[in-house]
Formats: sequence, structure tokens, C-alpha cells
Amino acid sequence: MEQALTDKTEQAPATEVEQETASNEDQTPADGVVIRIEHLKKSFGENEVLKDINLELHKGENIVVLGRSGQGKSVTIQCIAGLMDPDEGKLEVLGKEIPSLNEDELKEIRKKIGFLFQSGALYDSMTVRENLEFPLTRVLQITDKEELTKRVEDALESVGLKDAIDKYPSSLSGGMRKRVGLARTLILRPQIILYDEPTTGLDPITAREISELIVALQEKYDTSSIIITHDMPCARITADRIVVMNDGKYIATGTYDELAKSPDELINNFFK
Amino acid sequence: MASAITSSLNRYMAAVGEQVAFASKFGRNIFRNGFEWNEFLRQCYIVGVRSISLVAISGFIIGFVLTLQTQPTMKQFGAESFVPGMVAISIVREIGPMIIALICTGKIASSIGAELGSMKVTEQIDAMEVSSANPVQYLVVTRILACTLMVPLLTVMADALALTGGWLGVNLQGHVSATLFYRKAFAALEFSDVIPAVIKTFFFGFAIGFVGCYKGYHAARGTESVGLAANSAVVTASLWIILLDAIAVQITNLLYY
Repeated sequence: MEQALTDKTEQAPATEVEQETASNEDQTPADGVVIRIEHLKKSFGENEVLKDINLELHKGENIVVLGRSGQGKSVTIQCIAGLMDPDEGKLEVLGKEIPSLNEDELKEIRKKIGFLFQSGALYDSMTVRENLEFPLTRVLQITDKEELTKRVEDALESVGLKDAIDKYPSSLSGGMRKRVGLARTLILRPQIILYDEPTTGLDPITAREISELIVALQEKYDTSSIIITHDMPCARITADRIVVMNDGKYIATGTYDELAKSPDELINNFFK
Repeated sequence: MASAITSSLNRYMAAVGEQVAFASKFGRNIFRNGFEWNEFLRQCYIVGVRSISLVAISGFIIGFVLTLQTQPTMKQFGAESFVPGMVAISIVREIGPMIIALICTGKIASSIGAELGSMKVTEQIDAMEVSSANPVQYLVVTRILACTLMVPLLTVMADALALTGGWLGVNLQGHVSATLFYRKAFAALEFSDVIPAVIKTFFFGFAIGFVGCYKGYHAARGTESVGLAANSAVVTASLWIILLDAIAVQITNLLYY
């Protein structure tokens, strides 16, 4: 699988879209920081979920966020995607302060952000083809049938699911749904991808395949990613850097091997 | 006690504010570029065509039962010949629009509430938003406009079938030709009966679509909220229809009588 993906990565010629992404649409700030979070806070009523989040994601970097359930990991990436407004703090994506953007500006910045939801979030009234065409026709305004088909087939090929093009999400397995979700995320060629527990609910083999796919696609499309996960094999495969979250704060950061040797019991428990 | 009242009032005002914001989003997105014609036509099919059998059977039976119920009383007063006119006026002015709107509420508002609620719970609406697509334009505008257009058409069809049911009801206890029945029915009707009744059905359709979309779109997380969204859509839309009907009657009376 890994070999097959690597081969595809090496052999695939750059499409027009990839060239567009590389030349025109790269909005990475000069310091190379694509996401900058400082002192981010978010509460739901009395419940203070994010207490003081600080993070910098650099271009081409994969950061894995580890933490127990209910610590606000998903809330952080939902704030980054503009699905929630933080209460306090600074949150910049590609140099733009997300909470201060108006609707149209937010739409523009979201074209640069991909989001893979935990469930895949495929539109279940549409086939796989229609799921992938949806952002192309609405966001890139592509109407040419041949162009649409080519882009959809390319995206599905890169996740190894070209045969599922005319199937409905209900007939796909959990792993296939994640792959199609990933293809739909990638079809707009985002610069940043946010993964919300990409391997949850999958068997170890499929989880490993998805983790390897994330790395392969990151190399192919030169994306930067934040990956929320509890799955340590996934973290080991995908992370350039791991951030550990506890009680609404990031308490440790480092590579997999560095954190695995941490004397802190809480951190160490993840690696047992 | 006072704090409980203040808190309820705050919640109520917040809900009203949320609904106004949702309505304004809907209004802004109708005229945005890229109207979703295909989805609009699909929704017209789902809302309109798929409701035909239910509405047709209901309409026919309403006319039939209304005739059977009123004919004996009218006969006692020697006013049997007024039955077609009475049935026509009752059906066209009030019973048809009201009952069909309530039936559509049960079928359509609940289905929209459940569908959008389920899309919300499974993060499909969030997925549309983060991909820079416009979920309001695709999901909300199309459904509300389809309901606004289809409910009046369904009501007109139900009215026509209710008159046919009425004719059948009359013929159970005698023989009245269809020509005579319809001539008497239409002779009793005036434009002031038909036009306001049809106009109010557009508002009923809008209320059904709007409430269904609002409840579904704002469903909380968790599977239970899908059922709550569907249920709440039916209850709220039914109340709206009754309220709108009361307002429509007052306006019609002011204008025509």
C-alpha cells in the first residue's frame, strides 16, 4: 500500500490545478507560519474548554494533537476553520485573523483549508462523484463535464478508490468513507488540512493505511496539517511534532520519540 | 422567581433573534449568484409530487365527509340545493387550505427538520461550510422556495378533488349530475373567496419550509436532537399556520366585507 502510494506520488504528473496551487494560490506568510494561535480561550457557559492555547504550524509540517476526550482538541480546529468563534486570543491562518473576517473573507480563506471530519461527513443523498463535484462546481465554479470528471477521478485515484465513483456513501465501509472524505478535502487543493480523529473507529490495518495515506498526500500536495487523534500508531506515522493537551492547555510538545521518553506520567500514559 | 422569568425571557428573545438572523440569511441568499436550480427542482419533486397521493386522498375524503355530514341538516330545512355552494365555499375558503397545510406540515416540515437535523449531527452542513460552499443557498433557500410554491398547488388540487368528493357524497342519497353540482358550486364562489385563500397558502408553504429548515439547521449535536428537530418543526409550523390563518381572515374581512 505504502509502496503503491509512493509510486503514485512519484509518477503522477502535476495537473493544472497543482500548478495553480503552487504558483498563484500559496498565501504562506514570509515567516512560514501558516497557523498562529496565541492565548486562545473558549467557554461553553460555565465550562471553560480552551484556557490558554498557543501553537504555531509551519508550512509543510504535520502536528498531531494528543489529549483525553473532552479536552477541547476538536474545538481548537473548529475555531481554526471558523466554525466557532473563540472568546479571547489571537488566531491567524495564512496571516489573516480568523475571528475578524466577514462572511466573504472567511469563504476565501476556507478555500485554503481542508477539514476531514471524524465521520467523513459525506453528503449521503449524493453519490461519491457528486460529493466530489459539489465543491468544484460551487467553489471553483467549474461547469465543464469533462474537466469535472477528470478532477474527480484524479482525486479518487490518489486515495485508491476510483472504482467507488458511482456508489452512495451508505454502501461504503468506514475506511472507504474516510478516504472519500479525504479526496473531497483534497479536491480544492488546500494548503492546510485539519484532521479530526481520522482513524477513529477503524480496524488497525485500515487505520494504518489511512495514516500512511495522510503522509503520502501531504508529501504529494505539500500541505500543512493538524491531526487530532488518540491513535498512537497514527501519531507515530504522521507526526513531525506532537502536542499534548490537558485541561484546556498544551502541556508538552516534541517529537514522538522525545515525548515517549517523558518522565511526566500523564504524557507517558499515552505512549504505553 | 424573577430570575427564572428573566432567564426565560432572555432565552425567548435569543430564539427570536436567531430566527430573524436565519430569515435574513435566507433573504440574502435568494438573490445571490448561483441559484441552485437543480436542487430546487428536486425539492419541488419531493415536496410536491411525492405529496400528491396523500393530499389527493385527504382532499377527496374531506369533501365527501363534509357533504355527508351537512346534507341531512340542509335537507331538514329544505335547502338541499345549497349543498354544492356551501361545500365549495367551506372547502375553498377555509377547510382546504387549512387542512392541507396541516397535513403538509406533518409530512414536509418533519421530513425537512429530520433531514437537515441529521445532516447537522453528521457534520455534513459543517463540511459544506468549511469547503466554502454555501449550505444556506443549497439546503435552505431551495427547500423554503419549493414549499412556498408547492403547497398552494397541492391545495388547489385538493380543493378540486374535495369538490369531486362532495359530488360523490351527494350522489349517495340521490342523483345529481356532475354538471349541475359543479355549476352550483362555482356559482356560489366569488373571487373574494378564491384569491385570499390561495394567497394565504403561499404563506403557509413558506412557514412550513422556514420552520422545518430552521429547526433542522439549528439541531443540537446527538441523535436525539434529530427527532426533537422533526417534532418541534411540526408543532411550531402548525402553530404558525393557525396564527397566519387567523391574521389572513382578519385581513380578508377588512378588505372585502
